[in-house]
This record gives sequence, structure tokens and C-alpha cells, in this order.
Amino acid sequence: MNQIPVSQAFLSGLTLYAAAGLVGLIGARQRNLVRIVACAFSALGAVLEGVASFAVIRDAHETIISIPSGTFFLPYTFRLDPLSCYFNLALAVVGLAISIYSFGYLKSFDSKKPVGVFCFFYSLLLISLTAVFTAANAVLFLIAWELMALAAYFLVSFDHEKDETRRAGILFFIMSHAGTGALLVAFLLLGTWAGSFDFSAFHLASQTLTTMQRGSLFLLFFLGFGVKAGMIPVHVWLPAAHPAAPSNVSALMSAILIKTGIYGILRIAFDFLGIPPLWWGLVVLAAGTVSAVLGVLYALIEPDLKRMLAYSTIENAGIILMTLGGAMVFRSYDRPVLAAIALAACLFHIFNHAVFKSLLFLSAGAVVHATETRNMERMGGLIRRMPLTALCFLVGAISISGLPPLNGFVSEWLSYQALLGGFGSTLSLTRIVFPIAGSLLALTGALAAACFVRAFGIGFLALPRSSQATQAHETHPSMLAGMGALAALCIALGLGATLWLPILDPLVVQLVNTKVSGSLVLAGSLVLSSGSPKGGTVAPAALAGLLVLLTLLPGLLLAFWRRRRRTVSGPTWDCGLPGLTEDNEYTATAFSKPLRMIFAAFYQPRREIQTEFEVSAYYPTSIRFESGVEPAFETHLYTPLKDRILTRAGRLRTIQAGSIHAYLTYIFITLVVLLLFGVRS
Amino acid sequence: MIEVLVKSVIQLILLLLVAPLITGIIRTLKARLQTRRGPDIVQPYRDILKLLRKGMVIPNTASWIFSATPYIVFGTAALVGLMIPMTATDAPLSLFGGVLAVVYLLALGRFFLALGGLDTGSSFGGLGSSREMTISAIAEPAMMLAIFTVALSANSTNLSEMARSAVSQSWRFLAPSQILAFSGLFIVLIAETGRIPVDNPATHLELTMIHEAMLLEYSGPYLALIEWGASIKQLVLMTLLVNTFFPFGLSSSWMVSGLSLGLVFYLLKLFLLACCIVLVETTNAKLRLFRVPELLAVAFILGALALISTFLF
Repeated sequence: MNQIPVSQAFLSGLTLYAAAGLVGLIGARQRNLVRIVACAFSALGAVLEGVASFAVIRDAHETIISIPSGTFFLPYTFRLDPLSCYFNLALAVVGLAISIYSFGYLKSFDSKKPVGVFCFFYSLLLISLTAVFTAANAVLFLIAWELMALAAYFLVSFDHEKDETRRAGILFFIMSHAGTGALLVAFLLLGTWAGSFDFSAFHLASQTLTTMQRGSLFLLFFLGFGVKAGMIPVHVWLPAAHPAAPSNVSALMSAILIKTGIYGILRIAFDFLGIPPLWWGLVVLAAGTVSAVLGVLYALIEPDLKRMLAYSTIENAGIILMTLGGAMVFRSYDRPVLAAIALAACLFHIFNHAVFKSLLFLSAGAVVHATETRNMERMGGLIRRMPLTALCFLVGAISISGLPPLNGFVSEWLSYQALLGGFGSTLSLTRIVFPIAGSLLALTGALAAACFVRAFGIGFLALPRSSQATQAHETHPSMLAGMGALAALCIALGLGATLWLPILDPLVVQLVNTKVSGSLVLAGSLVLSSGSPKGGTVAPAALAGLLVLLTLLPGLLLAFWRRRRRTVSGPTWDCGLPGLTEDNEYTATAFSKPLRMIFAAFYQPRREIQTEFEVSAYYPTSIRFESGVEPAFETHLYTPLKDRILTRAGRLRTIQAGSIHAYLTYIFITLVVLLLFGVRS
Repeated sequence: MIEVLVKSVIQLILLLLVAPLITGIIRTLKARLQTRRGPDIVQPYRDILKLLRKGMVIPNTASWIFSATPYIVFGTAALVGLMIPMTATDAPLSLFGGVLAVVYLLALGRFFLALGGLDTGSSFGGLGSSREMTISAIAEPAMMLAIFTVALSANSTNLSEMARSAVSQSWRFLAPSQILAFSGLFIVLIAETGRIPVDNPATHLELTMIHEAMLLEYSGPYLALIEWGASIKQLVLMTLLVNTFFPFGLSSSWMVSGLSLGLVFYLLKLFLLACCIVLVETTNAKLRLFRVPELLAVAFILGALALISTFLF
């Protein structure tokens, strides 16, 4: 594959996505046909997009694709540079796996559900995501951005019969538009100051802007993109919307949609706005740290499997923002090598998170389909009934907990190295920030491990906790294929990290003009280093090999030591009660109880018990138990905000009395004012 | 390649042999300090051998996770042991992973141990897993801060580099940052190895146990592997403490004379640290579970102070 016709591949990929959507819209009655054709087309489209993106990154060659079009005066221009293509590659890889998975998943839809419409919006989401990543000007970007929000909205509210789903959809829509509002203002300001809406003009204009202008632009962009990235405190839509959507959409949203926010921040911080002042990086670093720690704390107490994964997405977005902020700080201190390492950690984690989070959401989808519940307290014992799904979830859980030798460990290791490197980067007091952030990253990692031990241990192990879980069965082969591919990728990206990192070189060069693979990958391309050969090293593949060897060693020795050992299968110790049932098992709520008590100041847990009894309280006839935690951001930030907006809006209502005379007067006054304005200027 | 292999085999044997010994020493010393006679120093070896010969009962609710866990716990502990300098500054596998890999490999073992506890379906297992993950989660930031302090003064996360840098400035352990970091890590060591006042390794009382609760259903060779793995982990953490802060006697090469001298020094240092642990264990009562975070918060603050003092001095 020497010369890949990038633009053909890119456009054919888009066309195939569009074809998949149109098939869905036209052939809505032929449910099976639509499902097969649409999934095949979007999978093929993803392959083509992946090839095109990979070629651009490999050759570090920027490609501009313009579609000549007279309609709407829109410049349909796509710019495929390494940064765009990296995100597009992640989209393609995840999109391919999800499309394969959807083939089986859509089959399980209720026969009343419009599969065709689903395929249409799914394809629209794929197209708009591609366009967001590759748009070459602000107009196309914003249109794609809005299309993306719209498609995602319809997909989130697909199960619109449920009240909860409708509310999640609306919340997503409102938050998304609040973010878009900030972006719109920012783009209009930047467009006016730069004299053009072309992204390349933005880059050139940055030198002429004042500090004030750049600062306000940064804040507007950061807020707007932060909403999509799921950054705390503008994250509230995420834990509502991601679980409400069908699981293949949740996977796409958590893996890729939130990355559009990260992409935007990378684009503005390293491309549009020039060298950032110190405080920008510190703001991003702080926001990332807060998101990471609070995100995982919320994930830890969540009994809903998919909501838990959504909170963990907030956590991972936080980790990504931490290294991104670190890279910005290093850039403002003019430490290009450190900035490059931090960026490598950031970009690697972006891809890794896309892979393992989609894997986890897809496995959760299979489980939710089999058990008809999202509550992990009603799962259990699935490792026997769905062994392959359980294995996939386990791989994802190990990866996301940052445990060696899988991919999550490698990016977390790089993040630590980048943060530690930051300590020596300056003599000012700022440098104390980095080790503190590093220790909070350690807290996040350990809490994430606890969170996923809980999810896997309660959801998949021991005895089934409900009759549905008892009757669960292994999932459709195509769903397993999609998950299996992602699980294999988790392992491959972990073990082959040293082979994968050079792929990041063109991007890092594009952003901070420094090569990174030379200093990160040591001789023999097996060992990963922290930038300096004496600094710190790790060899994930070697660790994996040795781990397997040392794990098997005692087994081999025991096998050689011929001795008749009787292995009996017996019941678990049940304290002498008549048989162990699922009621004896530890629950997910109990599992996280110690942490809920330790972090009580943050959770503010509440508990309500009502006991009814006739003779004595020791012989209750019925007990009602309710427990929960205070949703701090909702009660202290959003509810007051919402109330205030509604009261203000209520006051405005007086001028909208519904009388035609009043409206005619308003029109007249407006006309006079406009005329006066016109005369004056 | 061959050299690394030979070194690894030597260190692995050393690791497997010394780990139960340390457990034995701690038990005996503790008994003596409590005016009991206590078991023999070699009792842990006997226990392991006895368990390896026995048959097993496997709970019928358990899956393959239950059976894989002992091997993984043992494998991660042994692998970590090869990455840490014991008698010579050059650890056999120091290139393959530094202190961060050590922490995360131990976390992998713990991840599976906690799953193994949950896999049986018994409430004790879940209780142990929950507590173990909780305590490790709040111990982790304190541990990392202390480790960062050492790593920053050595300018490396590579354990051999850290030991080498400690050797080159042999009085460094008197620096305030090192003393604070050592104290922080010592508290973490107590928590991670499940010793009083955090956990009581000698109890099977359901209300207080943490580590033991996860192992209740394990028997025979599986139990032997987990116990052995736990003692290797304890040895590794103790080695981390003695060799990065007090690098006396660490041999700079893998020559026999240097190694044997190094071994004598190493065992002596371990003995002294074991004495400290025993002293803490005998003079303290076990803390209530919800008092443990306060103890670990102290460790965290010590770590933070250590970092700040590298900055000041």
C-alpha cells in the first residue's frame, strides 16, 4: 500500500455511510434486509475511512478535499491533517466494531421499533462525527457539530416510551446547545478578528490578537467543548444520556462523541490560539483532575451498569484533560520534549479509552439484553451463562483500571511520567501541582479498579441474582465478533505499545513540532522509556510474557510433583444455614459502602428505613429501605439555575399577553427603532 | 539475555526462600514480645509444604476466576520481585518496569484476589474484597506521593537507578524529605501487608478481617500459592523500603563476594524493619475500619510534606 488515494477513500467512506442511512430510510419495511445492508455499508465505510486516515497519519501528509457546490454558498472543504485523521481513525476502528456488533444487536429490537430510522440516524451520526473531525472551516464545523447533536438526540431518545429516556434526550439537547452557544460566539469573534472562517486563517490570526482577546476566546471554547467532553461541572447530560441510548449508540457516544470536545480543545490550544499562557494549562489540568476524581467517585456507587460506565467516561475524559493541560503548561514554559511526552500520553489515552469503553458498553449491551435489566444487583452468575461476553468485559475492566499489561496501563504510565517530568520543568511553585495531580491520578486509578472489581464481581460472578439472570444465554455471534475484535485490540495496543507510539509522531510534530518516538521507544523497540534512558522504563510485552511464565510455573511444578491430591467440589461455607442463596451474596451497594462512608462529606448519603410490625420491632411485617446520595451538581448548581431562568421567563410572559393589538404595537416600535438605527448609520 | 536469565533465576530462588522466612521471623518475634513461645521461625515453610500436598475443596458456585486467582497472585508477586534490587543495585528485570509497574502489577494481583473473594458467593468474600479495595484505594495516593519524592530525588522511576542514586549519596536518608517519605511509606506498608493496626493477619473473626476474608474458601495448593504470594509481596514492599532509603551493603555488581556480603546486609536490614513492624503490631490495637482512612491521611500528608521539602531543601 504505497499510494493510497486518500481523497477517494475518504469520500467513498462518507458515501457508504450515507448509503447505509438512505437504505435505512427507504427500506424501512424490510427490517432484516435493512439491518444487513446498513450494517455492512457502515462497516465498509468505516474500513475506507480508517484506511484513508491511517495513510494520512503514516505519510504525515495533509490533504485538502473540496466538494464543489453552489448550494447554500457553503464551502464544503475537508482538511485531513494528522490530528483530524487520528480522531477519524479512532472513529473508524470503533465504528467498524460497532457496526459488526449492531448486525446482531438490532435483531433484538422489538418488532415495533423502526430499525430503518435507527440506521438512518446512526449513519448520520457517523457522517457528522467524521465531518466534525475533518472540517476545514468554522461554518462546516458548526453545521456538522449541530447535525451530530441532532442525530445523537434522536438516538438517545430512541426508546421514547420511557419517561426517563425522553428526559435524558431533552437534557442532552439543552446542554449540547448551551455548549454550542458558547462555541458560536467564540467562532464568530475569532472569524471577525481573523477576517475569515477558514481554520488556516485562525492559525495565522493568533499572533495579532491581544492577550485579552485570546483569553476570552479560550474560555468560551473551553466551556463549549468541555460540555461535549463531559467535563465536570458541565457533565450532567452524560450520565443521563449515555445509559438511556441503545448500547451500540452508548458505545459510540462514550468512545467517540465525547472526544469531539477533546479534539476541539486540542485544536484551539495547539493550532488556533498560539502559545498558551500558563493559566490556560493550569485551568485544563485542574478541570481534568476534578473530573477524574469526582467522575470515578460517582461511578463507584452507581448500581446501574451503563450509568456506571458513563461516569467512568467522565473520569477518563478527566485523565485525558490532565495530560492535555500538562502539555499546555509545558508549552507555555517552552519545554517541547515534555509537552510532546504529555501529548503522547494524552493521544494514546484518547485511543485507548475509545477502544476499551466501547468494548465495555457493547458487553454491557449484551448483558442488558440477556438479563433485561441495567441494575447489577439483578445480574450475577453470568460468567457461566455468557462466558465469552464475561471474558470481553473482564478484558475491558482490566484495561480501564490501568492494570498491566493492557493498553490502559501503558497510557496511564505515560501520564505519570509526563506529570513527574513536570516537577523538574520549572523552579516556580507551580511545579508542586504535578506530583499532586499524579497522586490524585493514583487515587483515580485505584478507585477505578475498585469500581470494576465491583461491576465484574457483582454483575458476572457467583450466583445469579434474579430469574432473568438465571435464564441468560450467550449473545449473538456478530455481537461477540465486535466485542472480541475490541478486546483483542486492547491486548494488542498494550503489548505492542512500542510499535504503536511512532504512529503518534506526525501528530505530535504537527502540534508541538517535536518528535517523540525516538525518546519514548528504546532500542529493540520493546522497551518504553520516559524520555530519558535513565528516567524510567517499562516493557509491556516482556512483562506480559514473564507474567504468563511465572503464573504457569507453579502449575507446572505442581503437575510434575506427582501426588494424588483430591479436588472436590463442594458448597461454599454458609455458616450452617440451609444452603447458600443469592440473598447471602454481597451486593454492589454493600461493596461500595466503606467508600461511601469515607467520602461521606462529598456524597452526603441519606437513608430511609420504614419498618412495620405488629408485635415487636424484631418481627417486622414489612420493611421499606431507601438510600441514595446527594446529586451535588444538580441540587446546588442546575436546579437554582433552572428556577431562576424559569422565573425570569415567567416575568417576560406579561408582554406576551396574546393580544393582537399589543403584538402590532411591538412590530411598529421595532420598525421605528430599526429605521432610526438605519438613518443614524 | 543469558545473563538476565541467570540473574532472574537466582533472584527468584532467593525471593521464594526469603519471603516465608520474614513472615516466620515476624510471627516469632511478635510472640516473644507478647511473652508467648510462638511457632518456629520455619513454620511458614512447613505450612506451605503441607498445603501443597493436600487436596482441595472448590466451591461449586465458583468459576474459573477462582482457580486462576492463586496463580495470578503468585505470578505478579514473583514478577515484581524480579524488578526490585535485593542484594545488588542491578535488579534482573529493572529495565522491564520501574516502581510504577511494581505498584500496578501488585494492583493486578489484588484485582484478581478481590474477584476471587466475590466469586464464591459467600458474604465474607465480598466483605473482604470490598474492604481490601477500599483500603488500597486510599493507600494508593499516599504511596505514590512518597514514591514520587524518592523518584524525583533520583530523577528516575527505575528502581535500580533509584538504588544507585541512593548509594551515591549514602547519607541522603537523613534529609527531611527522605525521612518524611519513609514514614509515609512505612504506614502504607502496614496497610498493604494487612498488619495491625489496619488488619489482623492472625484473626478469623468476621467483623475484623480483611485479607483473610477473601481467602476463606481457598484450601490446599491454592491457599499455599496465595499465602506464598502474599509473603513475597510483603518482602517486596519491605525491600523497597530498605533498599531505596538505606542502600548500605548493596552490591554494585553480581560477583559472588559482593552478593554474599550484600545478602548479609540485606537480611540484617530486613530483620531491623521486621522488628519495627513487630513493635508497631504489639503496641497498637487494631483500628476500627473507619479509623483507617485517618491513618492513611496521615501517610498522605507525610508524603505531601516530603514533596514540599524536596522543594525547600
